[in-house]
Amino acid sequence: MTAPAGSLLAAQGLRKAYGPTLALDGAEFSIHPGEVVAVMGPSGSGKSTLLHCLAGIVTPDEGSITYAGQELATLSDARRSALRRSEFGFVFQFGQLVPELTCVENVALPLRLNGVSRKEAERAAVAWMERLEVDDLRRKRPGEVSGGQGQRVAVARALVTGPRVVFADEPTGALDSLNGERVMELLTDAARSGGTAVVLVTHEARVAAYSDREIVVRDGRSRDMERAV
Amino acid sequence: MSIRQWSRDLSMGVRFAFGGGREGWTRALLTAVGVGLGVALLLLSTSVPNALAVRHDRDKARADHTFSQPDRPKADNTVIVADANTTFGERDVRGRLLEPEGPRAPRPPGVDRLPRAGEMVVSPALKDLLASGDGKLLRARLPYRISGTIGERGLVGSHELVYYAGAEGLSARLDRSSVARITAFGDTVAVTVERTDPILILLILVVFTVLLMPVAVFIAAAVRFGGERRDRRLAALRLVGSDSRTTRRIAAGEALGGSLLGLVLGAAFFLMVRQAAGSVELMGVSAFPSYLTPSPALALLVAGAVPAASVLVTLFTLRGVVIEPLGVVRTAKPARRRLWWRLLLPLAGLAMLYPMVGQGRDNGYFNQYLVVGGVMLLLVGVTALLPWIVEAVVGRLGAGALSWQLAVRRLQLSSGTAARTVNGIAVAVAGAIALHMLFSGVEGDYTKPTGQDLQRAQMQVSLDRGAIGAVGKFRSTKGVRSVTQLSDIDLGDRRENPDQGVPLTIGDCTALRELASLPSCHDGDVFAVTGAEPDESWTSTARPGRTLYIDPSYEGSPGEAIAWKVPGTLRHGTSVDGLLGYRRGGLMMTPGALPPGAAERATTQLYLRLDRSVPRAEEYVRNTTAGIDPMADATLWSSTRESKRFASIRTGLYVGAACVLGLIGASLLVSQLEQLRDRRKLLSSLVAFGTRRRTLSLSVLWQTAIPIALGLLLASAVGLGLGALLLRMAATSVRVDWASVLAMSGIGAGVVLVVTLLSLPPLLRLMRPEGLRTE
Amino acid sequence: MYSRVMSIGHTLLGLLESGPRHGYDLKRAFDEKFGHDRPLHYGQVYSTMSRLLKNGLVEVDGIEAGDGPERKRYAITEAGVTDVERWLGTPEKPEPYLQSTLYTKVVLALLTHRDAADILDTQRAEHLRSMRILTDRKRKGDLADQLICDHALFHLEADLRWLELTAARLDKLRQAVVSA
Repeated sequence: MTAPAGSLLAAQGLRKAYGPTLALDGAEFSIHPGEVVAVMGPSGSGKSTLLHCLAGIVTPDEGSITYAGQELATLSDARRSALRRSEFGFVFQFGQLVPELTCVENVALPLRLNGVSRKEAERAAVAWMERLEVDDLRRKRPGEVSGGQGQRVAVARALVTGPRVVFADEPTGALDSLNGERVMELLTDAARSGGTAVVLVTHEARVAAYSDREIVVRDGRSRDMERAV
Repeated sequence: MSIRQWSRDLSMGVRFAFGGGREGWTRALLTAVGVGLGVALLLLSTSVPNALAVRHDRDKARADHTFSQPDRPKADNTVIVADANTTFGERDVRGRLLEPEGPRAPRPPGVDRLPRAGEMVVSPALKDLLASGDGKLLRARLPYRISGTIGERGLVGSHELVYYAGAEGLSARLDRSSVARITAFGDTVAVTVERTDPILILLILVVFTVLLMPVAVFIAAAVRFGGERRDRRLAALRLVGSDSRTTRRIAAGEALGGSLLGLVLGAAFFLMVRQAAGSVELMGVSAFPSYLTPSPALALLVAGAVPAASVLVTLFTLRGVVIEPLGVVRTAKPARRRLWWRLLLPLAGLAMLYPMVGQGRDNGYFNQYLVVGGVMLLLVGVTALLPWIVEAVVGRLGAGALSWQLAVRRLQLSSGTAARTVNGIAVAVAGAIALHMLFSGVEGDYTKPTGQDLQRAQMQVSLDRGAIGAVGKFRSTKGVRSVTQLSDIDLGDRRENPDQGVPLTIGDCTALRELASLPSCHDGDVFAVTGAEPDESWTSTARPGRTLYIDPSYEGSPGEAIAWKVPGTLRHGTSVDGLLGYRRGGLMMTPGALPPGAAERATTQLYLRLDRSVPRAEEYVRNTTAGIDPMADATLWSSTRESKRFASIRTGLYVGAACVLGLIGASLLVSQLEQLRDRRKLLSSLVAFGTRRRTLSLSVLWQTAIPIALGLLLASAVGLGLGALLLRMAATSVRVDWASVLAMSGIGAGVVLVVTLLSLPPLLRLMRPEGLRTE
Repeated sequence: MYSRVMSIGHTLLGLLESGPRHGYDLKRAFDEKFGHDRPLHYGQVYSTMSRLLKNGLVEVDGIEAGDGPERKRYAITEAGVTDVERWLGTPEKPEPYLQSTLYTKVVLALLTHRDAADILDTQRAEHLRSMRILTDRKRKGDLADQLICDHALFHLEADLRWLELTAARLDKLRQAVVSA
């Protein structure tokens, strides 16, 4: 089986075990540019592992992942890190903002990792913070902002490099519905307008409803509902 | 609030300290080791006065003080004692010749039976030395049969080399100075005891202060180990309903747990050191373990004060902290650190030390309290200044590379923590640099050129008797190149109690030319040598044709009073710099000019040039000397001798400083690891979006290196300042000892590197993506 | 359904509280605010109004002759206001769906050894399809739209949560169903 035509990121036959526990057992995935795909499933089903594999953070035991025509497994760790720095963006549930850096420095972080000068990086960061309506938090540290604001800062950080794929792992998990939906709205709007694909891991249907389609992961196996129907 | 409540809360805290699995134990153990070192040092320093007192008493009890004894007739309770000290290698040997004159003759302490002529009793250390291959040369010098050993009562240290040898015919040499007839050993007459070298006291005081201070700082830091985890634990306690005060007491109890274990460890360390003290010799001073007994009151004080201090430190550090059920809140932003009172501490230290400048020589007096207080204030000043400096500098550090930015921002957020961990290192380094400077300065001073010309002679032997024929014996001694013999005799203007004396030196032409420039010289010539001293009044006494008396009699000391007429042809010479290191003038005479019978009355100095290629040549010379007269003295001229005196102290200092730094390094590592673990999620997410391992590793390095660099800078400054001040106090020229600054800074930097290296594997492990898993 | 008829009546009464209106005005106002998915037929308005008239909750304020049908203007009566008040104050009876078709389908699938998980997944996909439409509308609409969509979204989400829970307990359910 090969990746569906025109897909940006695709995976086939992923298998990954953590010790005796099988987290992925033949999972499939594909996403097109600009598409928002929800990865759903009960907790412990392997959603996060699938996301980590797709993002090249974790190497699967078996199976292939192709990103823009390249097989991730053939890339060195350094190359994969570079890919994550420049082409991917990440939003997690918690613990992602560096507490000692100010919000603007946090947003600028991925650009600086790519070697962009501090001034330029912070200018771009401010632009994204404005777009996510958190530019007034520039000088604040993450400890001084609310959860919803922090998550918006995180979204700004995920988007600041103009990534082709954003990986979001339960991005609203720690937020109330109002804040959560606002974050989803901002994230999907920004992604769609920039042609960025979003891999959205969530167990909440209302969050998944912001996607274009969903795949369900159960017991390490995935099911693409659109293709199944 | 009842005592029961206090003890209940504290004991709960103690349980927390040791609970919590491996981490809890590690933390408690580190605290305990730090506290233990402190306790051991405290116990040691409280027992030093006692040890000195015991040594002093023992020394008094065996005193024979051969000077200042009255003349007394031979009786059945008298013994004649003669000094027969010698030196072996670097070590002094206390030797006495004893000639009991009756059945009730006194015995020195520790000696059961007086040795018969040809026998000796020795200290165990001397016995071992003589039995060893190393002591073979000494064996030749002490040709007596060992008939017994001296008990501990008669010794002031386990390593002391002492012998008492039986002798005969000593009565002929009674002179009340080095040979005396006594009826009892012990300090019967009030005598001035030689005061301990004030510089030695200064050194001891500073060593203890310098080693104690970082330990104190370490204890203060150690009781705060595991801050964040403890915060969570305390918050959880509040959540289940413990009130704020109870929670604080429980926190104090955790610190108490570590310090109680520390007391036990400290006692154990102390006993170990005490036992080891019996086998160590410092600056020629050794002790018996039993000497090192802290006074009970002081020991009790230590046992009470250390745990109490740990509780107080904890309560003090929690003063700005509000423990809420949902977490620990540091009250707002602590007020900006103020500089003035931080500067006050070192200034006060300087003020205490400054008045003592220049008292080191001439048996000056150092006020112990001022020395300790001043040094402590200066070092405490370091700990007070460092947080301010770290805050001020870190606040101004710009953002550079990303790793730098991460580290700097982290430090800006918690500069106090960083400074606290570095404080110990800074204090240790400052103290060590100062001490090192003091040592090398004092040592340099001790070896200041004496003026003795080492090119011309390396040893000097003084002989009161047996000088005739001695030259030949020395010439044939192994390792001797050449011998120059110079004798002097008293020369006065009257037979008895002369008013005017004339310096008289006797030697052959070669020998005299070492002292003066002579126009020509033949045996039988007499010279008047001038140009040596401002006081040349003797020239009027030693007029040609006048009769003078060689070896005149003095009250209580009869002499031969040999008449001698100053020859009419008194030739002139000019004193030159030479052999002795100073210029000598007066009459100089070749042996042929000496009236008969005078030679026996002369005191003879032999100046020996040694063959440096013969190892231990000086021992052969000493052996020859002892063969001629056991009571004679052979001195090694050397500038290298003293330099080894402080070697052991310096080694000890290095070892101590390295231990303290290692301990602090361990605590740095623990807090570093703790911090890393608390940031596991963050690290994983940073890796997720592509942060290089190098960047994070470097930021960990910066985070340790920046405060330590600042600490080392400050420590070097304070250390050099304190060192200079101490040298001034010791009245010694100030030399900056860059080597020690570099060495200590190097050790400090090494600690940073090791800590960083050791925290890298856990860092890399924590950076693995598994950290992202939440399920 | 009874309740819908009742609630249309009360809603129209409520709209009249701000002032008398023609029947056609009422329909327009209703549709605008509440009738997103199901606009009222004029006949429905007419029949409801005549019932309210009969019960004395409204009265005819005036009649205008126009091009089309006659145009009555209705006004709310004192009794009508009281009725609205009482209606608003009465809690809605929670409606448990004890007999849901979906549940029946799952049990039947299990009984006939078909894949019940498939049914659940298909259902979820269908639910999500609706939810996406609602979410999209919510994003484009005003606050009233958002509130009404959210109401529906939360209900659909509740269904989905039931689906998830059921899916997680399919094995147990299979045992219970087959052995019974």
